[in-house]
Amino acid sequence: MTATTKNDPEIAALFEAAEHEAIEEKSLGFWTYLMSDAVIFSLLFATYAVMYTRTAGGPAAQDVFDLPHTAWETALLLFSSITFGFASLSAAEEDKSRTLMWLGVTFLFGLGFVTMELVEFSGMIAEGAGPDRSGFLSSFFTLVGTHGLHVSSGLIWIAIMALQVSRKGLGAAVQSRLHRLGLFWHFLDIIWIGIFSFVYLPGVM
Amino acid sequence: MLGRLTWDALPFYSPIAFGAATFVVLGGVVVLAAITWFKLWPWLWKEWLTSVDHKKIGVMYIVLALVMLVRGFADALMMRSQQAIALNSPGYLSPDHYNQVFSAHGTIMIVFMAMPFLTGLFNIVVPLQIGTRDVSFPFLNSVSLWLTASGAALVMASLVIGDFSQAGWSGYPPFSEITYSPGVGVDYWIWSLFLSGFGTTLTGINFFVTILKRRAPGMSLMKMPMFTWTALVTSILIIFAFPAITVTSALLGLDRYLGMHFFTNGGGGNMMNYMNLFWIWGHPEVYIVILPAFGVFSEVVSTFSRKRLFGYHSLVYATAAIGVLSFSVWLHHFFTMGSSPNVNAFFGITTMIIAVPTGVKIYDWLFTMYKGRVEFSAPMHWTLGFIFTFVIGGVTGVLLAVPPADFLMHNSEFLVAHFHNMLIPGALFGYMAGYMYWFPKVFGFKLDEKWGKRTFWLWIIGFYLAFMPLYVLGFEGMPRRMQHYSNPAWQPWLIVAELGAVVILAGIVSTFIQIWVSYKNREALRDTTGDPWDGRTLEWSISSPPPEYNFAVIPEVHDLDELTWRKENNYVEPKADGQAIVMPNNTGAGVIIGGFTFMLGFALTWQIWWLAVVSLIIMVTALAIRGADDHPEHMVKVEPESGDFLNPAE
Repeated sequence: MTATTKNDPEIAALFEAAEHEAIEEKSLGFWTYLMSDAVIFSLLFATYAVMYTRTAGGPAAQDVFDLPHTAWETALLLFSSITFGFASLSAAEEDKSRTLMWLGVTFLFGLGFVTMELVEFSGMIAEGAGPDRSGFLSSFFTLVGTHGLHVSSGLIWIAIMALQVSRKGLGAAVQSRLHRLGLFWHFLDIIWIGIFSFVYLPGVM
Repeated sequence: MLGRLTWDALPFYSPIAFGAATFVVLGGVVVLAAITWFKLWPWLWKEWLTSVDHKKIGVMYIVLALVMLVRGFADALMMRSQQAIALNSPGYLSPDHYNQVFSAHGTIMIVFMAMPFLTGLFNIVVPLQIGTRDVSFPFLNSVSLWLTASGAALVMASLVIGDFSQAGWSGYPPFSEITYSPGVGVDYWIWSLFLSGFGTTLTGINFFVTILKRRAPGMSLMKMPMFTWTALVTSILIIFAFPAITVTSALLGLDRYLGMHFFTNGGGGNMMNYMNLFWIWGHPEVYIVILPAFGVFSEVVSTFSRKRLFGYHSLVYATAAIGVLSFSVWLHHFFTMGSSPNVNAFFGITTMIIAVPTGVKIYDWLFTMYKGRVEFSAPMHWTLGFIFTFVIGGVTGVLLAVPPADFLMHNSEFLVAHFHNMLIPGALFGYMAGYMYWFPKVFGFKLDEKWGKRTFWLWIIGFYLAFMPLYVLGFEGMPRRMQHYSNPAWQPWLIVAELGAVVILAGIVSTFIQIWVSYKNREALRDTTGDPWDGRTLEWSISSPPPEYNFAVIPEVHDLDELTWRKENNYVEPKADGQAIVMPNNTGAGVIIGGFTFMLGFALTWQIWWLAVVSLIIMVTALAIRGADDHPEHMVKVEPESGDFLNPAE
């Protein structure tokens, strides 16, 4: 029995079948995780709605939001979603260098988004509109910051996957991880659209 | 360097706290020394700590649950003793210490006793019942276990270093805010819930996918054993409810650490939002701990009545209905906190409605026994004790669901009596029944029946003695959580309750005697057939204990009671003929991640920031390395004819 190796075609087929099954289950599992994460965001949105008017005499939404800044942020994140799509297409064609290139571009867009968010946050804190100023600002920083934390985790994940693609190529296991990373990245886009529409737009209008 | 941690953190402030800390430390040292003395480390590491086998993970969960049961019960006994003597006297526990004890008791019993117990049962039973070789994500399963264990370890650490929360298990602000609880107690509470909550969420996802994707061919949803059904609904509840405790504890943490104003008195905080968020998790959590017990009772009652479960479909629909309704009743936990009468009425009505599917279940179990050949085994004792006792708790629950009545009884001992009346029979009795029912499957020998029944009788007599007086005390106006009191009419009842706690103590001791006696007589109690109870479902169709891969041949399912169907139709399963099976590899990543989760929680509690960062980096690195393993599985070969297997080196 110890002589059996993965070179044995019968055994290799078994491993492949197990891998195929595992990928399908991981996909469902990851979707389920995203739903659970969506509950976290929905509770943060609800908390924001409850706290919106609780400014405690401090700045309100229209005093602190800067729509052009947020519009650029949004553009960066949405473009990063498109470029991730290109990375997925290149991966499907098993084009390693293009996949890496598009992952790199996505990473830069994502990094730009996080940087702009940090600039916005530090500007607000410098103006005395930090998260400890009022219930409204606590909920704003927490909702937007939780999204930013997710994007930052996504950046780490992109870096790890770029490393895997460059070292291992685009086998089934790496492909399936890229697929789940894609789900995560696009999910964050959807959350951001929610933040833009329910936090920033009503805040300045 | 060490943040807020100084020598003052050691519990020299009270001889009792110091004694408890010494006990915990000595206990830990004795266990570690014994493992070292008997040279068990390699075995423990290879066979258990790094295992991804769902059966072993299940056993480790239940060991954790039993340890935490003892800890949580020690708290209970301390409270009962305090109240038995504290008439016009300070008793033996200072108010600060007493508050810690009741806060720890609730947190431990729900989050670190009930949750690991039911997760352990899921792990052991669900893959066997649905005819698969493992859960969908064996590595995540190991991570879940160690995240839960790290949360429990944080609560235990608070006994020795620093103190625990005094804000009750629900941690209501503003008392739990930094202004009123400046110590580390609430922080221990926050991080133990926050970190272990991730593990539980992963468990929910794992079993949701396992049950949907891995059922044996032929097992449609409506041929799924009832326990697996409750596991599925519970998993869905976990996936949707646990994010709420993550958010609640995180927001409270942000208030405490970064001076935010989510739940503070001033600065635009809103305490009602805390109550809502907490109970949006907290009420489904009640059903998360109770539904699996309902699943156990369904299996037990059907097996020991030698009858197919009565009203299987109605039980399935009732379980699903409870799952949905459990998200619509949370406000009944705070009727008195100022919602409008219409809102209170809405939640009062939904609370009464949820009693209906629960009642359906009670009748289904009764009708299963009707005209059956009932065998009064130990698991059946727990089931019958549950049915009688749970109905009383249900009736008092419907009483409390009426908002005007709740205004009179909220925060009184009546409430304490009510929810213990639900959770002890409704959850713990079920787990004990399941533990005694499936024990032979895991270890290959039955538990001693006589000691099992003794354990049951001690528990149920102790339960009635301990909690029925609390109903009376509630009517006499005694509030919950009193460190001392001045009404002499209460004391006799509290002494009876103390007596009940002592009887329950005997029940817990009896649980461990049962293990010892059964282990000594294991040859006589040996289960050689794999089917010691004349069981009805697939887990009894394989040997006890099952091989690593559970099923040499993936079974084909024809009927809800598949094994009974096979017995009646003389079905012969195709023989295993030396085929190869792919099984997941063991990994140390889970236990490493868990260990550093504990360090992370400890560092955050004491604000040792460098340690928090280092722990987080190690956790992410371990996850990234294990996540990059393309072939985390190995091959096992089934020996022809025999059920043995070789475990080849790759």
